Amino acid sequence: MRSFAYQRAADPSAAIQALAAASASNNPLTEAEIQPLAGGTTLLDLMKLDVMRPRAIVDINPLSPTWATVSLENGNLRLGAMARMADVAANPEIQQNYPVVADSLKLAASAQLRNMATLGGNVLQRTRCTYFRDVSYEACNKRNPGSGCAAMDGFNRSHAVLGTSDKCIATYPGDFAQALIALDASVDITGKSGTRTIPFAQLHKAPGDTPQLETTLEPGELISGFTIPGRWPRSAYLKVRDRQSYEFALASAAIALDVQDGTVRDARIALGGVATLPWRARDAEAELKGQKFDDALAERVAEIAFEGASARSHNEFKIELGKRVVARALHQAMTMEI
Amino acid sequence: MDDKTNPQSRSSFNRRSFLAGAAGGAMFPLAARAAEPATTTIPSTQDPTLPVPVTLRVNGHDNALNIDARTTVLDALREHIGLTGSKKGCDHGQCGACTVLIEGRRVLSCLTLALSAQDHEITTIEGLSNGARLHPMQQAFIDQDAFQCGYCTPGQIMSAIACVKEGHAGNDEDIREYMSGNICRCAAYPNIVAAVKQAAPEILSG
Repeated sequence: MRSFAYQRAADPSAAIQALAAASASNNPLTEAEIQPLAGGTTLLDLMKLDVMRPRAIVDINPLSPTWATVSLENGNLRLGAMARMADVAANPEIQQNYPVVADSLKLAASAQLRNMATLGGNVLQRTRCTYFRDVSYEACNKRNPGSGCAAMDGFNRSHAVLGTSDKCIATYPGDFAQALIALDASVDITGKSGTRTIPFAQLHKAPGDTPQLETTLEPGELISGFTIPGRWPRSAYLKVRDRQSYEFALASAAIALDVQDGTVRDARIALGGVATLPWRARDAEAELKGQKFDDALAERVAEIAFEGASARSHNEFKIELGKRVVARALHQAMTMEI
Repeated sequence: MDDKTNPQSRSSFNRRSFLAGAAGGAMFPLAARAAEPATTTIPSTQDPTLPVPVTLRVNGHDNALNIDARTTVLDALREHIGLTGSKKGCDHGQCGACTVLIEGRRVLSCLTLALSAQDHEITTIEGLSNGARLHPMQQAFIDQDAFQCGYCTPGQIMSAIACVKEGHAGNDEDIREYMSGNICRCAAYPNIVAAVKQAAPEILSG
């Protein structure tokens, strides 16, 4: 690990002030010379690998008391960005009213990592693409813009089939983000000029020609919280992976339904493990709305969710697997007793 | 161990005079901020190659150290304080061998900076026994033969104690799920589950 200057921010204004110097640079956020440190589970890992090389770290853990609150107000769920994954997953109100949120957090990482990692850091987790994580490969457009993509014709079993470009096929690795995008969450972003709120769906960027630009966050900005409108007791997160626990998704689905007398009034579907960014399957949702649910409908919806998917040599199985995950998750959500 | 026994180790490094002395040179932008009121209590330096004073409270004892800012809690424990019970397996937060409790929560010491852990109570495997009397989880691992090589065992035991206290040791399925962050390449998993079940009632009863 390269050496860095360490600074601990006592409160949000001190953190923003300390990070402000980062906003002067033209580097993408992930290459900013000053990085905030929360749980550290991604940042320190990637610093040890020499993938991230900040010259200074601002420890924002003292912000927890102000930015870690979780509350249900006026039928909306507000999640502070410094709340730890384990604490939100264990919250009984969230388990009851937003099972897709609780399960997406509970099924991620390990108990130790969930105790450490914050919600804000979790949605910014970097890809697990092995070529991105191994600096001995020169070709990685995300890490080394313009250098090519070693995964394209390399080992790409874990790579994305949706939202890809000819520059990058790295999978977005997180789970919680699928719940957020499915439920139309918004995200609060705090910087030196105050706090702005954007739809969560506008936080992440598809790789396109610039895979090094992963989010619309500017250097010097911090995620301060998330808001989920409404209550979604009929919601579920299904995650299929190589191991039963402590593994990233090969394919996952976040589902939320509003059902009356067997008819789907509203439907939300987001996909994980298969796309380059948190992925909302809006066309598939449209097929569900207003329909009586049955097996044939579930299969049709799953087909639509993967229209336009494109595979490389080792990841074609994800398309069929992803469809089955969507269909099974829909059944799971439909048959929930709420 | 020099850091621990040297009473000068904290006072010999004076950040304020250091900042003043370095102000004329090429400065990293953070330096100016480090001197402002909001952050003056923070051990910070614009020259990242110089050691930083930190006090870590481990198993009830304060340890005053002068360390590189990059030092993790794991390396501070093993290399500076001399507590080698916590093990370095992967050093990337994947294996769980370095698990310790910070303020009673199980965390990975290899992904926690020592500087972030100041002012917090750290508990390691060395802090569990009461004299010669082992902690119930330590005794259960012996009774159930819950290891072969033993390298993952300190992390397993720290994680298992937290697993019980979190309320996740009610059945085999929960124990396997909530202990999945601790890898055992000898595959002593069935015996580890048995050990957690043996110790759970005694830990919960107090």
